[in-house]
Amino acid sequence: MKTKRIFNNAATYLALILLAAAFLAPVFIVVMNSFKGNFYISDEPFTVPKGETFVGTENYVKGFTQSDFLQAFINSALITVLSVACIVLLTAMAAWYIVRVRNRFTRLLYYLFTFSMIVPFQMVMYTMTYLAFELELSSIPGIVFIYLGFGSGLSVFMFSGFIKSIPAELEEAAVIDGCDPIRAFFMIIFPILRPTAITVAILNAMWVWNDYLLPYLVLGSGKKRTLPVAVQMALTGGYGNKDMGALMAMLVLAIVPIIVFYLFCQKYIIKGVVAGAVKG
Amino acid sequence: MQKSLKKYFPVFVLPVLAAFAVSFIVPFVTGVYLSFTHFKTVDSSEWVGLANYIGIITEDETFLPSLALTLRFTIVSIVTVNVLAFALALLLTRKLKGTNFFRTVFFMPNLIGGIVLGHIWSLIINGVLGFFGVDITYDPNYGFWGLVFVMNWQMIGYMMIIYIAGLQNIPDHINEAAAIDGASPARKLFGITIPMVMPSVTICTFLTLTNSFKLFDQNLALNGKAADTSLLALDIYKTFYDHTGLRLAEWHGIGQAKAVIFFLLVAAIAFIQLRATGGREVEN
Repeated sequence: MKTKRIFNNAATYLALILLAAAFLAPVFIVVMNSFKGNFYISDEPFTVPKGETFVGTENYVKGFTQSDFLQAFINSALITVLSVACIVLLTAMAAWYIVRVRNRFTRLLYYLFTFSMIVPFQMVMYTMTYLAFELELSSIPGIVFIYLGFGSGLSVFMFSGFIKSIPAELEEAAVIDGCDPIRAFFMIIFPILRPTAITVAILNAMWVWNDYLLPYLVLGSGKKRTLPVAVQMALTGGYGNKDMGALMAMLVLAIVPIIVFYLFCQKYIIKGVVAGAVKG
Repeated sequence: MQKSLKKYFPVFVLPVLAAFAVSFIVPFVTGVYLSFTHFKTVDSSEWVGLANYIGIITEDETFLPSLALTLRFTIVSIVTVNVLAFALALLLTRKLKGTNFFRTVFFMPNLIGGIVLGHIWSLIINGVLGFFGVDITYDPNYGFWGLVFVMNWQMIGYMMIIYIAGLQNIPDHINEAAAIDGASPARKLFGITIPMVMPSVTICTFLTLTNSFKLFDQNLALNGKAADTSLLALDIYKTFYDHTGLRLAEWHGIGQAKAVIFFLLVAAIAFIQLRATGGREVEN
């Protein structure tokens, strides 16, 4: 009986190790190729760089200098941080108002926000892009405003769900003591919303950082482009020879921040992403 | 509270509402309207009634094949992702040491964005096909199975987490009682484990369903250049942006009509999901 269990455990571990290797292989292959010379990447993508195929950090240097990668990286980081900050703070405020002030209008708003979660982006793609240009929103503050609008559906929905479970007596006591609603929100409500705020922040951060189509349509592929747009442009845009080496380096540099972020707040990320399963 | 809070509408709701109106409400309403018109740009539309919706069938040659491809892709993804994710969840709930490490590894691809993910796989798939002297655009089937691979790599870890939560909710005594009664491992799996995780199965099925149905970034990155492996979202995008010339207004109309149909399909899925899960998720 005992030997059978040891055998079973060993088989399970073996299966898990093989599967883990298979899951990591794609990332590993890209990292490997990022150290290879241009010509050898598309020709022999599965060999380890050595001797003449090994070029050291040359690809990374090119990736940074040639394609304005750093600019795209800064744009992406700025847009993600600002959008997430705006979404978390402002949708929490809106959700509190919608839950606490009960009338026909707030009910309608709640349904509209919920409804927007099931509408695929392609439905509003063309008209939203037009409106963004008409209102001159093709700038970093402009796209942050647009992200606030697109992120509000899920975020208001999630905050509302949590606020409904907080007894209103708490705030009422504060107001009787002479606290105005803005202070009551920041001193009492917002701290209580912390767990939901973390979930909302993570979900939106992953979405904004990785989003391609919206920033491509609104900001274009010029100076204001984001990281996914830069990657897509480098790999498909333009004519003539593509610099595969620089592209591999860009892919690696695009993944690294996510992995680091993941390893540091893994617990929150897994919890948050799964809680966001409601998003249709 | 209600009274004093009410006048603070401009502070609490207005910023979000303004952004929401600009990015969603106005574009959505104009989008529905424009699907009944021909328009070169949004401000120059001409009412044509249902012509665009008829045009999808008569003029356009890509919508129905792309719908069929999307359905096939969705079904294959649902089956493969869920079976593999469930198998992984079973392996990781056997109370072994070090399962956290494996959980971390399997979940990781889910965080990588679709564009980057698609290009990683494009390198690998084209590298393999390169041995045979072809690439992914050579045969639509290569593009199709490439997408299935990408989808599996990205979604398995996510679904696995949901299945693990479901499996951990099964009380130990049920399995112990079955073991005392002499149930075989297969019997326990089909008689106890699977029925007990049915709620997770429902959630995961619908999650894979909507994610496969709406797939865009991975499709664009992996096989954006191949005409015959566009799923619905990419087909709509191409209808809008790949046409030029005299009939542009007409193609914009057809693209918008496709988008409305796409929206109705996604909404129908969401509605069925709501019924199937009894609104449980919406409540919490």
